[in-house]
Amino acid sequence: MTLADRHIPPAPDALFDAEEARRARMKRIEGVAKWLLPVLVLALGVLAWDRVVVWNDIPHYILPGPGLVLQTLVKDWAILFDALLVTLQITLMALAVAVIGGVGLAVLFTQSRWAEMSFYPYAVILQVTPVVSIAPLIFIYVDNRLAGLLLCAWIVAFFPILANTTLGLKSADHNLTDLMRIYRATRWQRLRYLQLPSALPYFLGGLRIAGGLSLIGAVVAEYVAGTGGIGSGLAFRILEAGYRLNIPRMFAALLLIALTGVVIFAGLSFLSHMLLRKWHESALKRET
Amino acid sequence: MTDPRPILPPGQRPLVLEMQGVDKSFNGAVVALRKMNLAVHEGDFISLLGPSGCGKSTALRLISGLMPPTAGRIVWNGAVQAGDLGVVFQEPTLMPWATVAQNVWLPFRLRGQSFASVRDRIAGALALVGLENFHNAYPRELSGGMKMRVSIARALVTNPRLILMDEPFAALDEITRQKLNNDLLALKAKIGCTVIFVTHSVFESVFLSDRVVVMAARPGRVIRELAVPAPYPRDMIFRTSPEYAALCRDASDALVEAIGVAA
Repeated sequence: MTLADRHIPPAPDALFDAEEARRARMKRIEGVAKWLLPVLVLALGVLAWDRVVVWNDIPHYILPGPGLVLQTLVKDWAILFDALLVTLQITLMALAVAVIGGVGLAVLFTQSRWAEMSFYPYAVILQVTPVVSIAPLIFIYVDNRLAGLLLCAWIVAFFPILANTTLGLKSADHNLTDLMRIYRATRWQRLRYLQLPSALPYFLGGLRIAGGLSLIGAVVAEYVAGTGGIGSGLAFRILEAGYRLNIPRMFAALLLIALTGVVIFAGLSFLSHMLLRKWHESALKRET
Repeated sequence: MTDPRPILPPGQRPLVLEMQGVDKSFNGAVVALRKMNLAVHEGDFISLLGPSGCGKSTALRLISGLMPPTAGRIVWNGAVQAGDLGVVFQEPTLMPWATVAQNVWLPFRLRGQSFASVRDRIAGALALVGLENFHNAYPRELSGGMKMRVSIARALVTNPRLILMDEPFAALDEITRQKLNNDLLALKAKIGCTVIFVTHSVFESVFLSDRVVVMAARPGRVIRELAVPAPYPRDMIFRTSPEYAALCRDASDALVEAIGVAA
């Protein structure tokens, strides 16, 4: 045994002090609370809803209890699921067209200042005019109902993608832009190797907003367009159930729409995380 | 990497580029650079030293062709191709979405060369800057000094005729900066590159270069050229030698004169 051995502190816990232990504990608790609290709030809310209905003897054509809504969801599943597929189809198609249109216009705008000056104001006007007020006109002039629905949803959804992607394409690092010039990159190379990757985080931010908006656009368009042609979506089912005072079915359809929105948002957030996790600050976990 | 360029003694080195009476003004009023003459020969390590606003960065932008001179000429010896010029900026200026190796690939990629076809040259350049084990790392995983090394590897991977460095180490801490200075000289000894190095550090300029060009501001112009005759390789012994101290004093005096003239 050498002299040095005797001086080694006996407690290995010295590196992990009370302060650190407390912080680790807090982190664990927070991790659980993040899931537990919303679930708890939901459970309490549903319970309160149920009690209010039961205690006050509220008739189901005014406010159905949560149990009845779930029952209806199961009982009417065939109708509602078909409607969900229709709405989902329009939403996803509108989102796809919004991505193509938004990114396409953004690229055009950054490549040509003239194009930007000419068309950007009209993109803004389309965005700020409420879709409910344009939709009736669209269905007068567009015969194909699917095309009309798509157009409505697209008008609502494309702008955040256009605005964000344009900003992203213009935010490429100035020194890297200079470097591209020094290496005599073509315009296309600069777009492909520098501007598009720089714009990716911005685009993905716009995409998450557009995902929710295309669902809203699809629902609003359905309200205006009514039935016919391609079958009925969830929004039409809600209208129809309202006319028949079938309030439980209204709630069930509403539940499905809300769930669809949440799933779309979660899916796009996941996509964004997967694409950025290797390099972008937003996907970084801070180590402290 | 391709073969190192042999370093001939001064006087026998072929000319790379010459600035002949170059003027640059902005908006017709602000004179950023006045009548600048500079001859760059193969194997030169030239520092442009001066206070901010003396036009040293403007000179680099003119040489790199990012903007044209208002008057005068910048003449290259022979035709210039993309890849004849390597540039290192004050920031590492890496693409954060690309790995280290992909970043170094960029100059080749822009010429349409596949990664596989230049894999050896990329590996060679990264080995030269001591990053042979970081090919697949992303820039955010690297320290500031390591990012700068990637930037240097990218600048020299095409074996350029001239490398421009615009205060590359200014944002680094002193210890990292000294290490990179030493490594840069070792690199120069190995591959014999030609460098124009912009800095506002007297010590850095004297340690690195064989010629220090002192510039003054308003209008930006060259006021003095100092030769640093000490032979390469230079090391800690040179850094602490009386010769180095004397040269630094000379450069300092010139710089004081530059600032004095400007004020």
